[in-house]
Amino acid sequence: MFKSVLDVPANAPDMTVVVNGVDTPAWNGETVASLLLRVPDAGRLTPVSGASRLPYCQMGVCFDCLAVVDGVASTQGCLTPVVPGMHIDRQHGRREL
Amino acid sequence: MIYDVVIVGAGPAGMSAAVKLSQRGLAVLVVDEQPTPGGQIWRGIERNTTGPVLRALGRDYERGRALAASFRSCGAEYAPNTQVWQIEEGWSLYLSSNGKSRRIIARAVLLANGAQERPVPFQGWTLPGVMTVGAAQILLKSGGMLPQGQVWIAGAGPLPLLYATQALNLGATITGYLDTSPPLRLKALSKLPGAWRDIAGLAKGFRWLRELEKDGRLIRRASGLMAQGDGKLQDIEWQSGGVRHKAKADVLLVHEGVVPRIHETLALGCAHAWNSDQNYLAPELDRWGETSRVGLFVAGDAGGIGGWAAATIAGEIAALGIAGRLGVAANIDSLRQEARLDNRRKRALALRPFLNALYSPPGTTIPDDVIVCRCEEVTAGKIRDATRGMAPDPNAVKAATRCGMGPCQGRQCGYSVQAILAEQHGIPACDVSFFNIRPPLKPVTIGELASIENAEEIA
Repeated sequence: MFKSVLDVPANAPDMTVVVNGVDTPAWNGETVASLLLRVPDAGRLTPVSGASRLPYCQMGVCFDCLAVVDGVASTQGCLTPVVPGMHIDRQHGRREL
Repeated sequence: MIYDVVIVGAGPAGMSAAVKLSQRGLAVLVVDEQPTPGGQIWRGIERNTTGPVLRALGRDYERGRALAASFRSCGAEYAPNTQVWQIEEGWSLYLSSNGKSRRIIARAVLLANGAQERPVPFQGWTLPGVMTVGAAQILLKSGGMLPQGQVWIAGAGPLPLLYATQALNLGATITGYLDTSPPLRLKALSKLPGAWRDIAGLAKGFRWLRELEKDGRLIRRASGLMAQGDGKLQDIEWQSGGVRHKAKADVLLVHEGVVPRIHETLALGCAHAWNSDQNYLAPELDRWGETSRVGLFVAGDAGGIGGWAAATIAGEIAALGIAGRLGVAANIDSLRQEARLDNRRKRALALRPFLNALYSPPGTTIPDDVIVCRCEEVTAGKIRDATRGMAPDPNAVKAATRCGMGPCQGRQCGYSVQAILAEQHGIPACDVSFFNIRPPLKPVTIGELASIENAEEIA
């Protein structure tokens, strides 16, 4: 759905992150939300109908980019910069308090 | 630590205010949700220093670099990756960062937290593959990301045109551009004399339009947009020239203008006024940007949409106002005149009446089967059912349907609920109140609450 202009053979990724258990290349400056858009089946499933969602606003107001980041559920993906080795997993259902 | 001023937001308004307040020797803390300064308009400005992405983003984007550099060296304390989830008069602010919360005290507060895109629900707007134009532009600024496949843009306003041009310059393919703005009307043209003061701004807009029109990808007067697909976007439908059209789509980017972020000022009970040009609420501000609560100031788009240039000047004006309020500058009126702040602001806002008239907000009725509340998946039909025999009160709709009760706290559905209530009662939207906004302004975990140190002690 989205691809980085930085993602060319001449430009090695800055890091590897683990999305749903799979090693995935990533670049400095990206957020978790941009990974959700690149990797299939990473976007959250809604608590009401179980529909899948992907980031909508990228500016912290829609909460459709919620993900489990390094074990912490309901992390706002668009406000979370990627770091090497970060684990990103799909969030199912309700956010936890 | 007691700060003289806490600024919420490190965009154009917040940064320029921070620089000016620090120059006066005040202890300033700038809190921002993002990892680096610049706000949404200049997102990634410190990192995008060379290369094709920077060239495509254009000159207005590059203008942020100097301000970000002055901000970094101005001496203000900077708390990135930090959310403000409660503000209490006095002033104390509850901040959350990295799963930990803290409470800080300030003598004055400046809200410079900007705008969000106006949410306009339509069938299929929750499907993966549909997002806002602003979101796509942020992806471009923060990771050089471009949409792939059949890419459609639908909406009105300067932003979709700007984004289309930037993406095309980077080699992206845009399948089609559905312009949902009404035909150029006399009302818009009547605003032109003022607008001509900003000829550079106008020329840019017309250049964007021509480039898209050249190869027939610009479809004017599109309406009745729908997104369809099984689990993700596959097709879009729209109406233009009296005919219903359908096309394959992988990505649909939508935009219907921007509205101020008002959750903070609403929660604090500040007086707000309805902007009838653009149908949004904005806090009522005096000529220094002070709200109806003494010591609480607002600058930039959070106080009414004006764009980045006007926001930097509003930040300077608010900085003077705050200096006056804190008693560290006696002659703020003459300082305001010396810096020609009012003339500069007038110039920065010259194009705004024209844009407001050209891109008036959509007034279409939301069909019953369309989801209005993205969080709790409440449709317009459910809201209409709930409003029958009820006073036009959004809070009653919330209690009856859970609409507005999810993590976004009504940021996506607030104006839609207002519009539906207005339509059901045959009254203007400005006569319907907004949701009662209560802290926490952003969701916090019990763990974060428990991590607050000295919560009572300071008080």
